[in-house]
Amino acid sequence: MSANVNHSLPLEYQTEQNRLNILGFWIFLGAEIVLFATLFAVYGVLGHRYAGGPTPSDIFKLNDVLIQTLLLLTSSFTCGLAVFFMRQRDMKKLLTWFVITLLLGAGFLFMEIREFIHYVHEGATMQTSAFLSSFFVLLGTHGAHVTFGIIWAIMLIIQLLQRGLTPVTARKMFIISLYWHFLDVVWIFILTFVYLKGMVA
Amino acid sequence: MGIKWNEILVGGDPLLVGSQIAIVLTVVAIVVGLTYFKKWGWLWREWLTTVDHKKIGIMYIVSGVLMFFRGGIDGLLMKAQTARPEMNFLDAQHYNEIFTTHGVIMILFMAMPLLIGLMNVVVPLQIGARDVAFPQLNALSFWLFFSGAMLFNISFVVGGSPDAGWTSYFPLAGKEFSPGIGNNYYAIALQIAGLGTLMTGINFIVTILKMRAPGMTLMKMPMFTWTTLITSIIIVAAFPIFTVALALMTFDRLYGTHFFTLSSGGSDMLWANLFWLWAHPEVYIVILPAFGIFSEVIATFSRKTLYGYKSMVISIVGIAFLSMIVWVHHFYTMDAGPAVNSFFSITTMLIAVPTGVKIFNWLFTMRKGRIQFTTAMLWALAFVPNFVIGGVTGVMLAMAAADYQYHNTLFLVAHFHYVLIPGVVFAVFAGLYYWWPKMFGFMLNEKLGKYHFWLFTIGFNVTFMPMFFLGLKGAVRRAYTYSAESGFAPLFLVSAIGSIILAIGFAVFCYNIYWSFRYAKRNVSHDPWDARTLEWMTASPVQFYNFAVVPEVKQLDAFWHMKKRGETLTLKESDIKKIHMPSNSGLPFYMAVVFGITGFFLVFEAHIAAAVAAIGIVVGLIVRSFDYDDGYYVSVDEIKQTERTWRNVEGGTENHVG
Amino acid sequence: MEHKSKYPVSHVVGFLFSLVLTFVAVFVALKMNVSYTIVMWIIGSLAVIQAGLQLFMFMHVTEGEDGKTNVINMAYAVFVAIVIVAGSIWVLTSGHAAH
Repeated sequence: MSANVNHSLPLEYQTEQNRLNILGFWIFLGAEIVLFATLFAVYGVLGHRYAGGPTPSDIFKLNDVLIQTLLLLTSSFTCGLAVFFMRQRDMKKLLTWFVITLLLGAGFLFMEIREFIHYVHEGATMQTSAFLSSFFVLLGTHGAHVTFGIIWAIMLIIQLLQRGLTPVTARKMFIISLYWHFLDVVWIFILTFVYLKGMVA
Repeated sequence: MGIKWNEILVGGDPLLVGSQIAIVLTVVAIVVGLTYFKKWGWLWREWLTTVDHKKIGIMYIVSGVLMFFRGGIDGLLMKAQTARPEMNFLDAQHYNEIFTTHGVIMILFMAMPLLIGLMNVVVPLQIGARDVAFPQLNALSFWLFFSGAMLFNISFVVGGSPDAGWTSYFPLAGKEFSPGIGNNYYAIALQIAGLGTLMTGINFIVTILKMRAPGMTLMKMPMFTWTTLITSIIIVAAFPIFTVALALMTFDRLYGTHFFTLSSGGSDMLWANLFWLWAHPEVYIVILPAFGIFSEVIATFSRKTLYGYKSMVISIVGIAFLSMIVWVHHFYTMDAGPAVNSFFSITTMLIAVPTGVKIFNWLFTMRKGRIQFTTAMLWALAFVPNFVIGGVTGVMLAMAAADYQYHNTLFLVAHFHYVLIPGVVFAVFAGLYYWWPKMFGFMLNEKLGKYHFWLFTIGFNVTFMPMFFLGLKGAVRRAYTYSAESGFAPLFLVSAIGSIILAIGFAVFCYNIYWSFRYAKRNVSHDPWDARTLEWMTASPVQFYNFAVVPEVKQLDAFWHMKKRGETLTLKESDIKKIHMPSNSGLPFYMAVVFGITGFFLVFEAHIAAAVAAIGIVVGLIVRSFDYDDGYYVSVDEIKQTERTWRNVEGGTENHVG
Repeated sequence: MEHKSKYPVSHVVGFLFSLVLTFVAVFVALKMNVSYTIVMWIIGSLAVIQAGLQLFMFMHVTEGEDGKTNVINMAYAVFVAIVIVAGSIWVLTSGHAAH
């Protein structure tokens, strides 16, 4: 709500409605943690049930995974920079870093889709075994989140260009940055408990 | 596309054909009625696009009552079928469908919306807020719930009902053993409704944490607000699990994955595990707000502050933790070994402790109170002993070794009906009688209320008490019939007679609503029960902005103490400032429609059509993203005018309770 | 919460740390000759540290008037997450369910 503006705070915290939205989004992230935890639990239970199909060490490729990790990790960093420059009211740097973030995210998505297509060509599909079902759905859910984030970010860039930095656009930018960092956190666990775990044995 | 058009309408059975005709006639009647009375615009402006928490609450309650009716019919059909041994009223398949829809509807589409409805109406008023934190999201929550509920409800006439029980255990619920589309309805309709519930949880956490009246610290919040807060936290913690479980079920059924199948490494018990990881907290999601309602009602009608407020808060917070670590007690018989079963046995028994604390708090609140036997209070009084029966049998079931005997018998069915009916349904009735004047500006008839109460409570006990004994004798649940030699017949008959009394009780309630709408006096005061919390400080029915001036809170039971201090409701004109309110929006309704269409196509496994419809969802999200509507202001003049209408007639209104 | 410095020092430090943690995890997992259990414990801990890093250095979870609420919210979510993951695996891999 437009009343109750506190100019001593960063733009995204200035209005009461903004503070409500930011808290609400944090709580939504709590729900997202539970959602991904459930997918990890499923993978934890089914991850070794290969049903005679390919095993992790048969299909995982370290190089591809590392490139994906670096892309996403860097995009989380550049997203942080975008918010940093937003707080300095530097629209140009904000947009620059944010667009870089998106490009890195798109690069990650490209790599992931390529990886999936590669698996499918090797006969490792979602229907092959319980391991692959849980693998594809866990990774796919993360990938779908990234895709959604990219579409959302494009909408936001249009709004930033239309309206400049206002408490509302700043709040939206801040919230999407939380979302983006969160996706990176999820990826860290995917890297550890899916890829590295699968390649250790 | 995979739709087989000739299989869409379920035919043959006279019961179903009758329902199909009745549905068509009802829809025609509603459309003709709305057109004839020129009410389409009114419906759109006042209800379909509203973001007002009170109206959303009322829509939840109306849906809940309708679903109660549907679920109740299912229950009666089951009771009719089992009234005598070897009856042929329903066949096994039909019986399976009916106990499935009965369970799903009663928990998710009756108990949930009735409680969320009361939360919507009451909580913002109790904390002195003008609306919830995200009014439009709140509307979206309702419409998604409604969309899911309607999608689920058409299943029995369009395509066939789900028939694998409300728990939909695999492998039975999988494509291999349930090839029809019935269980697709389960997976998809519950998914849509569940999204709405998750958003409600987030909305209420933020509302309660951030929008309380000045001076209302957490430990000065009314108990119903506390229970709503903890319920919302459990919703946010538990519903994503169900989201995932249902999605995996959808993948298994629609796309041939192997999460829960018996082949290719799937684990059928993984479904049970995920289901109960959600469904046990779900029990607390429906029971905690009910506890809050009883706390308000008992305090009001005992004329005393709630006894042991602090211990009450500690015990509900404790439940937020314990409710997450008891789920395995629903499938001890899977035999996960002594360590697992012992652990969950202990946690389950532990959870009886905070619940016991609450029971004693309510009893001590009543002790030496001047108890007024209003209908609302009667429900609260009946709740205590009936719920204790449910609770104690629950502790019996908690013992893993003993559970091997009780598992899947009617003893269990009787147990959870003794928990959920006194716990939730009595609470909803208590809450409706109590807050009805706040919602509508007139009372429900107390005399009819008492008929309703006695018929319902007696009917409930006659229906479910025999089922304990049937269960102990070995009658299993979900069996559509039994032999004459089993000796079950007399108790089943008693139970069936009880269900008729129960149904008459519910009918009296519906009649009471009708009667009161037509004949009840409209001059009810803002505080007809001489109550204790802030919602009674403002008009009945509540004006759309709730409070002309947000009250200042100094202690628990703030309004009661204001009255004791002789503070009047007189407003200083200079205190009135313009009020900011959110604008209505048609977007939530639109989203419900596109979600419903997408869901419908998915149920019929028409993937391309579903994908096309899903574009509509994305479009809705984008439109929302570009929506910069910031609401509007209510002018001081309008507020003054509105406030005069109810504050001036004060002398002419009567308090219902003398 | 307003950044005083002109350069995003904490972001750069956080980024370098997360790179180091990632490569250490990869090294431990693939190049070190220790048992599977130990590897999993090490790389699991590294993942938790890195998640904490993101949470505090990039997402500023403690920032603002609701910092405390956010921390409690995250803590409860992590509690639930651990219950779900550890609980499910425990329940479904012991007793008869394992076979």
